[in-house]
Amino acid sequence: MKVELRHVGKTFFGRHGATIALESIDLQVRAGEFVCLLGPSGCGKSTLLNLVAGLDHPTSGDVHTDGKPVAGPGTDRVMIFQNAALFPWLNVLENVAFGHRMAGVPKAERDATARRFLQLVHLAEFDRAFVHELSGGMQQRVALARALALNPDVLLMDEPFGALDAQTRDMLHDELQTIWSETGKTVLFVTHNVREAIVLGDRVLVLSPRPGRVRREFRIDLPRPRQIENYAVVDLSRAILSVLKAGAQE
Amino acid sequence: MTDRGVAPLPEASPPRAASANGVRHELARRIGFFLLLLAAWEVVSRLGIWPDFIFPSPVSVARTLGRGFRNGTFLVAIGVSMRRLLVGFGISAGVGMALGVAIGRVRLLDETIGLLVLGLQALPSICWLPLALLWFGLSERAILFIVVMGALLSITLATEAGVKNTPPLYLRAARNLGARGWRLYALVVLPAALPAIISGMKLGWSFAWRSLMAAELLYVSLGLGHLLMMGRELNDMSQVVAVMLVIVGVGLVVDRLIFQPLETRVRARWGLQG
Repeated sequence: MKVELRHVGKTFFGRHGATIALESIDLQVRAGEFVCLLGPSGCGKSTLLNLVAGLDHPTSGDVHTDGKPVAGPGTDRVMIFQNAALFPWLNVLENVAFGHRMAGVPKAERDATARRFLQLVHLAEFDRAFVHELSGGMQQRVALARALALNPDVLLMDEPFGALDAQTRDMLHDELQTIWSETGKTVLFVTHNVREAIVLGDRVLVLSPRPGRVRREFRIDLPRPRQIENYAVVDLSRAILSVLKAGAQE
Repeated sequence: MTDRGVAPLPEASPPRAASANGVRHELARRIGFFLLLLAAWEVVSRLGIWPDFIFPSPVSVARTLGRGFRNGTFLVAIGVSMRRLLVGFGISAGVGMALGVAIGRVRLLDETIGLLVLGLQALPSICWLPLALLWFGLSERAILFIVVMGALLSITLATEAGVKNTPPLYLRAARNLGARGWRLYALVVLPAALPAIISGMKLGWSFAWRSLMAAELLYVSLGLGHLLMMGRELNDMSQVVAVMLVIVGVGLVVDRLIFQPLETRVRARWGLQG
C-alpha cells in the first residue's frame, strides 16, 4: 500500500478542552490511486492530510507510507494548500525551484527542472512574475508545479480549488486529470464539493462530521476525462449528497 | 424631437485630470509657504532688530552653505557622520535581526531577553553616553556604541513582531517542501518577516541618526554634530543654521530615497497593499 492509516485518531487539546478531530480512521490507498475525501467543514479532512504529510502526529493509531511509519515531513509526500501558500518574496521560477534549493540542488539544474514543470502547467512565460501579479488560478497552478517538481510519490491536496471561480476550477480539473494520468501520482484530495470529488476520484470517501470517521465509500468507474456537468456525475452526486445530508442530521 | 426633452449631461471633468490639478495646487501651496517663510525671514533680519550673529539672514546662511560645500568641510563632516551611522546601523541590523528571530521563535528567550529589550527601549539611547564614555573613553567606539544602542532595540522588536506574525501557512509549506535548519530561517522565516523588519529599520535609522547627532554634539569628534557645535563656539550663527539645514537634508534624503521606496516595494510584493 502506498498510504495506509490504521485506527488513526487525532485529538486537539485546546483552551476549551479536548476536541476529537478524527476517530479511528482506517484507510488504504494504492499507488497511483486518486482518492477524494469528502465531508463537511470541521470533519477533520485537513487534519488527516496533515498526518500523512507528517506536519502533525496522530494521537492514536499509525500512518504508513510504503510500509514505513511517517516520522515527519518528507518530500515524497507534498501538500498543496487551499490558498497556494506561495512565497511572495520569490518569483514564480524560484517558488517552483524552492524544494530543490532546500535539497541543495545546483541552481542551473533546479531552474531547468522548474521550467519544465512551469511548462507542464502552462505558465512558462510567467517565470519572472511575482506572486501578487498572478490570479488565484495561476497561483494554484504554480503551487502544483512546485509540488510536482520534487517528484513526490504522493500529492496531498487540501481543497486546492476551493477559493477559485467555477470556470477556472473546471479548467484546473482538466489539467489535473491530464497531469495525473501522465505522471501516475498517488493523490489524496480533500474537498467539500461533491461533484469535484466525483470528477477527480477513483474513490470517494465520505467522512462524518466531528469526530471524523469514514461513513461510506464510493467507487467511481466513470470513463475519464470527466466533466463536472456530465449527467452520470450529476446522478452520482445526488446519491452521495443524500449520504452527506443523512450524516448532518444525526 | 425626443432628443430635445433630454437634458444634456453636465460635462464631468475626468477624475484623473482633476487629481493631477490637485497635486499641482498642493505643490504650489507647499512651495508658496516656504517662499513666504524665506521672505519673512529676510525681512525680519533686514529690520535689524537683532545683530547678524544672533539672527543671520537667509542670504548669509546660503553663503555659508555654499562655502561649506565648496571647501569640503561639510562633505567631510557628512562623510564622517555617515560612516559612523552605516557601521553602527549595520551592526544593529545584523545583531537585531538575529536577536529578533531568536526571541520570536524561542519561548524562553521571549520571556527573558524579550522583556529586557522591551524595557531598555524606554531609555533614550543618548542616555547610554555616560556609560559608553566610562567604558570606551572619548573614542570612536563610544560613539559607535550609542549608534548601535539607538537602532538595535527597535530592529530587534520589529523583527520579533514580524517573526511572530508570520502566517503559519508559510512555515508549513516550507517544511513540507523540505526546508529545515538554517535554510528555513534564512530563506523563509526572515523574508516572511521582512516588511516588519524594514519598518523597524526605518525607525531604528532615525533613532540612530538622532543619537549620533547628540553624541557628536557632546564631544569633539568631527562629524556634523561637531560642526554644529563649532558654529556655536565661533559665535557663527549662520554656520549653526547652515549645519542644521544639512542635518535635516541628510535625514530627509535617506528616509525618502531609501527607506520609503523600499518599504512601499516590499509591502506591494508581499501583497500587503493594493
